[in-house]
Amino acid sequence: MVALLDIKGLRVEFPSRRGHVVAIQDLTLELAPGEILGVVGESGAGKSTIGAAVSGLLEPPGEVTGGEVRLKGERIDNLDEHQRRAIRGRRIGMIFQDPLTSLDPLQTIERQLIDTIDHHLAVGEKEARARAVNLLDQVGIPDPNVRIAQYPHQFSGGMRQRVVIALALAAEPELVIADEPTTALDVSVQAQILELLKSLCREKQVGMILITHDMGVIADTADRVCVMYRGRVVETGVTTQIIGAPRHDYTKSLISAIPRPDRRSRRFPLVTYIEGEEERPEKIDLGSHWLGQSRDFGAGEDVMLKAEDLRMEFLTQRSMWRSKRKYLRAVDDVSFEIRSGEVFGLVGESGSGKSTIARLVTGIYRPSGGSVTFAGQDLTALKTRAEAAPWRRQMQMIFQDPFSSLNGRMRVRDIVAEPIHFHRLAGSREEAQKIVKDLLELVGLGAAAAVRFPHEFSGGQRQRISIARALATRPRFLICDEPTSALDVSIQAQILNLLKDLQEQLQLSVLFISHDLPVIRQMCDRVGVMRHGKLLEVAETETLFQRPSHEYSRHLLDLMPKLEGLRREEVMEGQSVA
Amino acid sequence: MSVSTSEQAGAAPKSRLRSFLDGDVWYSFTRSPVVMLSAIFLIVTFLAAVFAPYVAPHDPFDLASIDLMDASLPPAWEADGDPRFLLGTDDQGRDVLSTIIFGARISLIVGIAAVAFSIVLGVGLGLISGYVGGRLDAFIMRVADVQLSFPSILIALLIDGVARSVISRSAHDEIALYVLVFAIGVSGWVQYARTVRGSTLVERDKEYVQAARVIGMGPTLILWRHVLPNVMGPVLVIATIHLAVAIITEATLSFLGVGVPPTTPSLGTLIRIGNDYLFSGEWWITIFPGVALVLLVLAINLLGDWLRDALNPKLR
Repeated sequence: MVALLDIKGLRVEFPSRRGHVVAIQDLTLELAPGEILGVVGESGAGKSTIGAAVSGLLEPPGEVTGGEVRLKGERIDNLDEHQRRAIRGRRIGMIFQDPLTSLDPLQTIERQLIDTIDHHLAVGEKEARARAVNLLDQVGIPDPNVRIAQYPHQFSGGMRQRVVIALALAAEPELVIADEPTTALDVSVQAQILELLKSLCREKQVGMILITHDMGVIADTADRVCVMYRGRVVETGVTTQIIGAPRHDYTKSLISAIPRPDRRSRRFPLVTYIEGEEERPEKIDLGSHWLGQSRDFGAGEDVMLKAEDLRMEFLTQRSMWRSKRKYLRAVDDVSFEIRSGEVFGLVGESGSGKSTIARLVTGIYRPSGGSVTFAGQDLTALKTRAEAAPWRRQMQMIFQDPFSSLNGRMRVRDIVAEPIHFHRLAGSREEAQKIVKDLLELVGLGAAAAVRFPHEFSGGQRQRISIARALATRPRFLICDEPTSALDVSIQAQILNLLKDLQEQLQLSVLFISHDLPVIRQMCDRVGVMRHGKLLEVAETETLFQRPSHEYSRHLLDLMPKLEGLRREEVMEGQSVA
Repeated sequence: MSVSTSEQAGAAPKSRLRSFLDGDVWYSFTRSPVVMLSAIFLIVTFLAAVFAPYVAPHDPFDLASIDLMDASLPPAWEADGDPRFLLGTDDQGRDVLSTIIFGARISLIVGIAAVAFSIVLGVGLGLISGYVGGRLDAFIMRVADVQLSFPSILIALLIDGVARSVISRSAHDEIALYVLVFAIGVSGWVQYARTVRGSTLVERDKEYVQAARVIGMGPTLILWRHVLPNVMGPVLVIATIHLAVAIITEATLSFLGVGVPPTTPSLGTLIRIGNDYLFSGEWWITIFPGVALVLLVLAINLLGDWLRDALNPKLR
């Protein structure tokens, strides 16, 4: 039998003036009708380039320089642009990551669907419309007859992704390439979309290449998995085998770096295969070092931070008259306590108000109501910046996006030294530079990083710089707002380990915000669950995961990818897997 | 060869010059002959203007060396030409080439000073407008809108006219240059303010600015240390194009007789003087300064266009 898609020895190169970058090397894979092949790998592994090469959407100067791609036995890699267009959409459908940008905002769903169907199948307007309604029904859009006349902005993110899927399936393609189809969506929506993709592939006998960085997505959906590392396939196999009994070292370390949803381990096993970056054993004696000494605040309060009836409203409609103004209540009467030395987690889907709370606590936003008490001091009562400065100094924040959280025009040493100079924590420039050096060592970057600029570092390394900057004020309270959600899973493991170590060594209290339940389970002592600006439940982490009391918590836990059959190998603490 | 960030981080840190020469901007510069030609022309013009007293064959200000007998001589290669005056002389016997060199000096001084003044005013207002927002932002931007509805030359004329009526004639000649810089500078701040306001709105919400706020920094320090360096890229591009516009504006005002005093040779005054003789056969008095002005402005514009493309990662 002829395979649906047959790729042999594919090689894709991006010529640049500093030599050719080989994006894909010697790639060979097969796909049967109705099969879902997962392609996993970390950023830069060449996953998306496969999809682009198959559909002929490689961005210049990228080009296929070797191998062949066959669709049902016909070569499609050497076609000219005209012939390719006939295949793309008609025989190969594409689903992209961002449902917000993959639909034309100026056209109704109807127009976009009918145009696609009519263009490829030439069935006439009337028949095309009937098919379009039918398609919307199949992808699970309620009232397709009514909603078809609407514009993309009238659909929610998940619904929009369903429309994109309908569009990809409109011309009844044989192959669908889905590039991170659920990455921009919340977990609850993700589960539904994956279920939909799975059933559609089975029903219509469509082959699908599912490109993702998320092992959880693969585990739930794919029949077979192909693991990529730096442009090469390191391992291909049936999903259960890859997840349960990986053979290649890279796959092993990748799997072990996934935060386990089912139990709490003290540390993540180190993933040495990936960045080749060994965690340096820390030699700084914190008891006598600058970081540890004169932490100049009253010792031993039980409660580090207390939020009472915290409320935040954003103006959504301006008006001269108070009564006509409309507000969005992002945080709605939230109260919680964070004890000294505790890691307190906040979990919830996007838009639940987690990040707003972080910004209220740090004083980036002023609350519309309620109070924040930090180490016994009511911060909301302090009027000027100067008054608040000594308190603000003791709480620092680590941000989500490592690419925008560092000023690209400053050297690393200036970035880290800035808070030291600002709060006059060091006697002289030399002393400050010595502290910066030690801080960089402490976060595992090495003192040589000091003279470089942020763009010379990878995402994980930048996040370490962010941590060093946060520690530079000698804080005792740290807020981590999704600190690893922009990072690859192996880097995430390193950063989470580092945060755990620092938290223990410096006895920090931490507010840890994440949408990722397994990460929360590994990091936090107590957890609060948020939805629509309200705090629904606060519980000890293990209690929450075993016996959630609120219905929504139970719902969230159910949606968590289970990774059934995950390699059961017990990993010793700190032992390297690779 | 795969170029990954982690490998780059492992290399020794580069000096600023080294990384500039390795960078894409310098690379695209060496690949476009037109831009290199413009740059060379501009450098030569700049040097000639700066060292005018040493470069120019004659001193058009030295009344003792000017002889009315030399008036209106054609260029050296014409039949009546005098080899002492390569591009001929004007109606008062001044060497046209020397006057152009001294004129370019005035044009460049006025142009650069006016652009610098516009940048300080426009970038400052743009930063405040974008960062503070609210009513102040609305006010500054409405003023900008109103100003945009007048041609900038009109605004420069207005300021110049007001200055003339307020300041006495003798004092005016001395400070005419400053008035001119002020007039051209004020007429050009709007585009800087708008661009910078836009970039500031983007940068303001980035996490590095929030990080600075968490550290406890006040708005002035954040604007100066963090936002300003990150919004200056587009400003440099606008500035090069604006320099060309400022030089043209200066030439236009001088041509109309409201710019620099008639005794100071700028390219505009030269063209005006020559204009009277254009139809009586002495074409060189106006054509050569005109060509010099066109070449100068063209070179700056070409360089500015290239800089805009080279600094735009999407067009690379």
